[in-house]
Amino acid sequence: MRLVENIIGAMRGKAGTPIPGGIKPPDYKQATLRSRLMPTPIPRELILPLIQHGSTRTKPLVKPGDKVLKYQTIACSEATGIVDLHAPTSGVIRAIENFAIPSPLNKESMCILLESDGFDAEIDHNAITDYCSLSYLELAKLIEEGAIFGLGGEGYLNRLKLSSGKAVKLLIINAAENEPYITADEALLREKAKLVVLGAKILQAACMAEHCVIAIDSNNTDAIEALEQTQLNCPIELIKVAPKYPTGSEKQLIQTITSKEVPSGKYPADIGILMHNVGTAYAAYQAVVEGKPCISRITTLAGPALQTPKNFETLIGTSVDYLLELCGLNQQDHTMTLMGGSLMGVKLARTDVPILKTTSCIIAASNAEFPPPALEQACIRCGFCADACPVSLLPQQLYLYAKCQYYSELISHGLNDCIECGACAYVCPSNIPLVQYYRASKEEIGNQLKNEMSSAQWKQRFQYHQYRAKKDKEASRESKKRGAVAKTDEAVQSAGSTVQNMLPTFSRESAKKEIAAAVDRVRKRKTRLIASSSDENTESSK
Amino acid sequence: MEAFIDKQLFQFVAAASIFIFLAHRLLLVRKYLRQEYLAQKSVVDQINSYLPQTQCGRCGYKGCLPYARAISRGDAINKCPPGGEPTILKLVDFVNEPGFRLNPAHGVFQPPLAAIIREDECIGCTKCIQACPLDAILGGPKLMHTVISSECTGCDLCIDPCPVDCIDLVLLPTPKPRYWLTPKIQNSRFNTLETDL
Repeated sequence: MRLVENIIGAMRGKAGTPIPGGIKPPDYKQATLRSRLMPTPIPRELILPLIQHGSTRTKPLVKPGDKVLKYQTIACSEATGIVDLHAPTSGVIRAIENFAIPSPLNKESMCILLESDGFDAEIDHNAITDYCSLSYLELAKLIEEGAIFGLGGEGYLNRLKLSSGKAVKLLIINAAENEPYITADEALLREKAKLVVLGAKILQAACMAEHCVIAIDSNNTDAIEALEQTQLNCPIELIKVAPKYPTGSEKQLIQTITSKEVPSGKYPADIGILMHNVGTAYAAYQAVVEGKPCISRITTLAGPALQTPKNFETLIGTSVDYLLELCGLNQQDHTMTLMGGSLMGVKLARTDVPILKTTSCIIAASNAEFPPPALEQACIRCGFCADACPVSLLPQQLYLYAKCQYYSELISHGLNDCIECGACAYVCPSNIPLVQYYRASKEEIGNQLKNEMSSAQWKQRFQYHQYRAKKDKEASRESKKRGAVAKTDEAVQSAGSTVQNMLPTFSRESAKKEIAAAVDRVRKRKTRLIASSSDENTESSK
Repeated sequence: MEAFIDKQLFQFVAAASIFIFLAHRLLLVRKYLRQEYLAQKSVVDQINSYLPQTQCGRCGYKGCLPYARAISRGDAINKCPPGGEPTILKLVDFVNEPGFRLNPAHGVFQPPLAAIIREDECIGCTKCIQACPLDAILGGPKLMHTVISSECTGCDLCIDPCPVDCIDLVLLPTPKPRYWLTPKIQNSRFNTLETDL
């Protein structure tokens, strides 16, 4: 009940409790909001990574040389937790090889190279008009077949979110973007508010949530206007949250709206809340109502090095280079490319990489707005980072422990709760790249855990080996003892294990006979040998 | 008559109290020994959990658990080449001994290895199977053998027994390159200040 009261309170303008800390970086959103949202022209080549969610891979269903149609399934998921891959346009599969994928290092992975034929011929897909009559299970299945990732940028899988088996009280559609450059959600809401609302309804029906709200930054006026014009007569409500970075992060938005904190190491579903991005809601609408799987997403192309920064509805697999050229890249100003926002994004090592389902933003940086990182100075313990941390951690303490690789202490200081928002590094007067320290330590801790798990496995195997050796020894000693005591055939047979049963029966007398026979044979052979050799000798002497 | 009864009673009470006293002492001693044993066992377990569990025997003991027992009785902690310096650092914290470099008499630290049998040359002698401390080699008499790579610790105990030298130790392909690297400190002035807390 308290949860519902809080929501109602928030709706009346008393927006929950603001998160502790947070920053208000300058806004660079206007440049990309000037032009309308438009689909990109179909590029000549599309690179579709088979890898999903870290290390799990999909299995390709096509061979090089195959012709595929738009929306055709070209790779299927084998494990739970990953989705199928669909062809974004019609064309010919050229290769299934290693291609560069977006990463700060030169990382390569298995990808399908699709050369488009320009016809954009679609495979048959059935549109469903009366989606209201479908049960929640059917809806969830349709959404799963639509191959929808969490399009918010972190790539949580929808199926995991939808069928977690826990009662959902509140579904939050997240349109609160606080990254200074990203406007993908705002552009989507401005152009397609009605479809997003329908998608939100579908998601609500699929997870059987009691309430559904759309959370949006209070300064996204165009999007708010568009949403209000769509007449939210349904139970879906609009909540305006104060613009403050990182309110758009999952757990932080929940805290802002409901004044409830998601416990450490748990998911929002554990406290009866689900959150989806507006892009996910739009994709759910497309998947259920139009029957089209997710093959495109809204991506912001921003940055001072672009002449016409704008939002694109891009096909998954479009090369970043291609998009940058479409926006008129100014080669002289361009210094580096960021993927995924200016604060949380990563610097791309190369730009011939594809757009993924989680790529919300590409920033072409210039020296003026993104100067090279200043020299790292010593921590002066000013405490600005602790004030800015939205999770109430102690960044300066974490920094010290990360630097001297004191991993147990890092974990007890709550490193796993760090959302890597970058607020601490933003406010740091000593220019310390704090988030990079945390990310590196998190990865190192993960590697150590993996090593520990394998060594535990080895230990178990060794213990079993020793146990087995001991048993074998005991068994052989016992059988020997019994053999000495009981000289009859029956005793040996009864004592023997299955292996010994298979051996021929053994007794003293028969053995004596056998030995005597063998000795006889050897003697005869010897005498024969001697005789023959003496013959030879005599012959040779002759 | 009364004195006689008293005397008997006195003897009985005295004997009983002595018996109870001794029994109590015995129980105490037993409890103490039990505690000692458990403490010792937990110490050994703790040390064993720091060792890399390759069971290579390069420390001179037959496996990691015997070496852990030896350390708990005061053996040196720098005899484990597969664990290398990280293992020594962990053990230093635990046994309160000064840290040493790895003892070169036992071998040098190297990245994780795994054994691979050149299967064409294998004659099926089963000698490596008997040598493997983890039962990580599959095969039968006069049949080709192979190593279960996920269980192989790269301990090299199977190399020597092989009569045809068909086992190689290869570097494990690193599963995933490091994605995030610790920032390189450009200002060398601050390098030494915080690295040893």
